Amino acid sequence: MKAVFKRTDGLLNVPMHYCPGCTHGILHRLIAEAMCELDILHRTIGVSSVGCTYNNYEYFACDMVQAAHGRAPAVATGVKRVHPSKSVFTYQGDGDLAAIGTAEIIHAAARGEKISVFFANNAIYGMTSGQMAPTTLIGQVTATSPFGRDPDTQGHPINVSEMIATLPGAVYVERVSLHDYRHIVQAQKAIRKAFQVQEAGLGFSLVEVLSTCPTNWGMDPKSSMDWVAEAMIRQYPLGLFRDPKLEERK
Amino acid sequence: MPRIEFNQDLCKGCGLCLSACPQRLIQLRKNRLNDKGFHPAYVEQADRCAGCGVCATICPDLVIKVWR
Repeated sequence: MKAVFKRTDGLLNVPMHYCPGCTHGILHRLIAEAMCELDILHRTIGVSSVGCTYNNYEYFACDMVQAAHGRAPAVATGVKRVHPSKSVFTYQGDGDLAAIGTAEIIHAAARGEKISVFFANNAIYGMTSGQMAPTTLIGQVTATSPFGRDPDTQGHPINVSEMIATLPGAVYVERVSLHDYRHIVQAQKAIRKAFQVQEAGLGFSLVEVLSTCPTNWGMDPKSSMDWVAEAMIRQYPLGLFRDPKLEERK
Repeated sequence: MPRIEFNQDLCKGCGLCLSACPQRLIQLRKNRLNDKGFHPAYVEQADRCAGCGVCATICPDLVIKVWR
């Protein structure tokens, strides 16, 4: 009998501070496992952002840098250009990547920086207690949209993956979800692929991961997972938007 | 025989494993609080566990270890 599932070496043996049922823990594990499987843990540098994951340098076993709010792709650009032999990833939430960091992510993708971006989209600002984010769905109630997001005054949600996929520098863009076992396995493949694309020196890769925020959505963890499946996927359809193999076929 | 083990002090009692288990074998220990102050999850009928690992995959806090 052997252990078929145990704590990955890519994560340090410390408890995580996330709320019960928050999918950040799953995403941390998937990234850590991908680094171990590809045997790049010892030469990976991660960039943590601002938001609930601000101190994920405490959890990952690779080297980490903390960037100012939204600036993780800019910091990762610098790290990658100084250390081209290292694998560099950023871990960003939607408040970080899709709001204050919009300029950085678009230009990093446009320049085709050889970095991997993992974008956890939970449609709300988690850490600051549930304000409306650029990715908040139409009609979704948050602390700053108490009557539901109204597109007339508060605009429409931003589909980051579709937007980034229009840039030629972005070679691999996929949206995945973590709401059940099957989708977690698919997310695992996408994260591994993002690192592989970077290792092959092909260009910029982004994986958008639909995540939950049970605390600020005001739901229990199971209902949050169901809400991702029912509501979020309707606004943010899963799928592959840019793939190096698809480009070859064109 | 397959076996799963819960690191009960890491568990936050979110209950995602309860609904993920195809056999519904996992329960929260309502009469116990762990170090964090949550009711930790455990397997009630361990002999029926097939060791599929679905609970461990969905667990956000890496509480579960699976042997098969």
